Amino acid sequence: MPTEVVAASAANSARRVACAHCGLDVPAGLVVEGAERQFCCAGCRTVWDVIYGHGLERFYRIQESSGAAAQPARTTGRRYAELDDAAFRDVWTRELEPGTRTAELYLEGVHCAACVWLVERLPRVAPGVIESRLDLRRSLVRLVWDERDTTLSRVARTLDSLGYPPHPARDAKTRQARLEEDRKFIVRIGVAAAAAGNVMLLAISLYGGAYSGVEAAHGTFFRWLSMLFAMVSLAWPGSLFFRGAWAAIRTRTAHLDLPIALGLGAGAIAGTVNTILGRGEIYFDSLTVLIFLLLVGRWVQHRQQRWAADSLELLFSLTPRLARRPSGEDVPVEALRVGDLLEVRAGESFPADGEVTDGASTMDQSLLTGESRPVPIAPGTRVCAGAVNVSRAVQVRVEATGTETRAGRLMRLVEEYSRRRAPIVRSADRIAGWFVGVVVSLAVVTFFVWLRVDVSQAIDNATSLLIVTCPCALGLATPLAVAVAIGRAARAGILVKGGDALEKLARPSRIVLDKTGTLTESGGGTIEWEGDAEAKPLAVALEATSSHAIALAFQKDPSAGGVHRVDGAVHSPAGIEGTVDGRAVAVGSASFAARRVSETPHWASSAQERFTSRGLSAVSVVVDGRIAAVAGVGNPVRADAAAAVTELRRHGWSLAVLSGDDLGVVISVARRVGIPPAACRGGVTAEEKVCAIEAEVQRGPVVMVGDGVNDAAALSAATVGIAVHGGAEASLAAADVYLSRPGLTPIVGLVTGARNTLWTIRACLAVSLAYNAAAATLAVTGIIGPLIAAILMPVSSLSVVLLAFWFPTFGEPPCP
Amino acid sequence: MSVIYVLVPVASLLAAAAVWAFIRAARSGQFDDLDTPAVRMLHDDEEESSEKKQAPPQQ
Repeated sequence: MPTEVVAASAANSARRVACAHCGLDVPAGLVVEGAERQFCCAGCRTVWDVIYGHGLERFYRIQESSGAAAQPARTTGRRYAELDDAAFRDVWTRELEPGTRTAELYLEGVHCAACVWLVERLPRVAPGVIESRLDLRRSLVRLVWDERDTTLSRVARTLDSLGYPPHPARDAKTRQARLEEDRKFIVRIGVAAAAAGNVMLLAISLYGGAYSGVEAAHGTFFRWLSMLFAMVSLAWPGSLFFRGAWAAIRTRTAHLDLPIALGLGAGAIAGTVNTILGRGEIYFDSLTVLIFLLLVGRWVQHRQQRWAADSLELLFSLTPRLARRPSGEDVPVEALRVGDLLEVRAGESFPADGEVTDGASTMDQSLLTGESRPVPIAPGTRVCAGAVNVSRAVQVRVEATGTETRAGRLMRLVEEYSRRRAPIVRSADRIAGWFVGVVVSLAVVTFFVWLRVDVSQAIDNATSLLIVTCPCALGLATPLAVAVAIGRAARAGILVKGGDALEKLARPSRIVLDKTGTLTESGGGTIEWEGDAEAKPLAVALEATSSHAIALAFQKDPSAGGVHRVDGAVHSPAGIEGTVDGRAVAVGSASFAARRVSETPHWASSAQERFTSRGLSAVSVVVDGRIAAVAGVGNPVRADAAAAVTELRRHGWSLAVLSGDDLGVVISVARRVGIPPAACRGGVTAEEKVCAIEAEVQRGPVVMVGDGVNDAAALSAATVGIAVHGGAEASLAAADVYLSRPGLTPIVGLVTGARNTLWTIRACLAVSLAYNAAAATLAVTGIIGPLIAAILMPVSSLSVVLLAFWFPTFGEPPCP
Repeated sequence: MSVIYVLVPVASLLAAAAVWAFIRAARSGQFDDLDTPAVRMLHDDEEESSEKKQAPPQQ
């Protein structure tokens, strides 16, 4: 019955199988008929087995309830033998008590509450592990294990099999120093808060006493106590500002610390004199609150910078620290020289760039390129540091080490560019330079003008000017507004590393897109077929053995899932060949196919041209030595892409595409979303991308959107680098912004949010400056005394805080 | 009202003790990681109840 056939095929094509681990669609070619659980990749299967094998299936319930986006597991299957090495043990691990050691490892792939739960259940999965504590924000796990029961490499393999490939964290000393610094900062804030709170309590009594009357002796007692607390606050947490101001004076630069120190100093001296003489105002309440609020602002800013530095560390931990000579002797990578021979066993990372001299294996370059399909290597093949040797031991002659390797150069670029970034705070410092000049001259003028009337009046007015104009709001407004915006953006799935990125994104400039993943749907796509229909199941069966983007499209085809015998499939970058049901089949690019047939028929070459011109990749199918069919494979353009491009244009942005794909494909996709062909470049390598971006930056600000580590240098070379969903872990380190949702719509949200944030900052600065101008006028003319000035100052800070919170910046994410 | 000369210093000493406790907590690393404990706390709570119901894993 024909109707049944139609219904069956429709059901077949609409059938979606969810992976038991990550919940994403399973490619049709990988669906196992009749199996209870289906997996989208080997990584997910491994992780699922480990999780269920140890009764940890609650992981999935936690993941569901935490609402985190699913991620396919990435296991590498490495052996981590280098972690057991004596040299490594001495440097990277520490003995706690006889028999137990501790170490810290960076983990790839941790992203949600369920990951914390799973990693911390490690003692149940890996015998011998005593404790496992994960720091989610830094992706850093602290392990304690019993040396008699397990080895670090075994623990590392377990973490790997859970989908969290570990890397030794670089330089324990630097991190310890940073930790100490952070702790000191928190102590400062705590002391400042305690001092401010206590002084405020005393101040309320004093202000109350000023109206209802207070015994003179009690008043004096309270004033002396206030001074005691204020001195603690000034000498301990407040010393930060005086040291900053002193450094600014010595280097003759304008810094926000200078006006702050001036205000604090003037207030402290005036307050102390008045306390001792027992007359006038003491200002200590304002001073202590000021110190506390400013420290909070600094802390918020400090934490953002620390986050950016931490993710850079992750990038540096990707290459191994030890190498093995063929004699079996281990050497630190720093001791390697060009020409040295190294042995790299299966499952280890290459410690340096070089050429394979002996052995054949496959390598996984996914850390560097984001492409997870292993590439075959043989004597003569160039290998890069950071790539993983998958199947067999090989010998490598070193050609470049350390910072000279491709990965090293890339990381150096990333570090260099990120150091060159000027933080947004600079603009506040610029304003501060003017501010301090104006305030000091005004104070001097006020003092001398009032000196002709009365000495004490002159001192009072000059002091109230200095206090009332203290740039509290100025120092608080920017960090606070940025912190609030970054927090809201994170909830909307946009991770912003620093305020400077928001400042730059607020002004429309040029956006350069990497085609894949931003304009088109990722992972496979549609297939158009030309030629022998009978060849299709054969091609689909062959492609089911690969995880290449084009193969994924074949696997989604309705005819996938049939039973075929595939033998000896050989993968190369241009295509696959093998035997399917006893017939020799090859599927690949036009040139790949041309090498396997005596001649390419006319209909085939015209079909190839036609597909390419429409933006599809042309794939030729060779069966038994002749071209049986040509398939056009392409990724459909995202539904939201055209609308988002129009929206960005409306805001004044211009768009360009810079892609590694064929130019014809790029132009055709770009045209469909409304980007003119003149703004498109195709067939660009990673190195050319960096050059192109650098050239663009010369002409004006450029925003680069990309994924993969091979884009990392281009991302950091751009004014603002945006890494998109699904990219390689380490591209996060190079980017200023990471979008956890796919497509162009989040970019629209990002630029609108950035613009709103800049408006918030401006509004805060405007309010604080207008307030300062008005208050200064009143102080100079002597209308307000120091008491009113001391009350007005916290009011100004409060107004700025409220403004920063109330101003809309990043909206809530639209429902997916 | 001269009791104030005793009470206020006593209160200040209490405040100093609180500050001392805070400094000790900060130096021992209590505030190093402010994000993970928030999610960890929820897990530990749930685990007690679910583990009681759950049969031991078969292996």
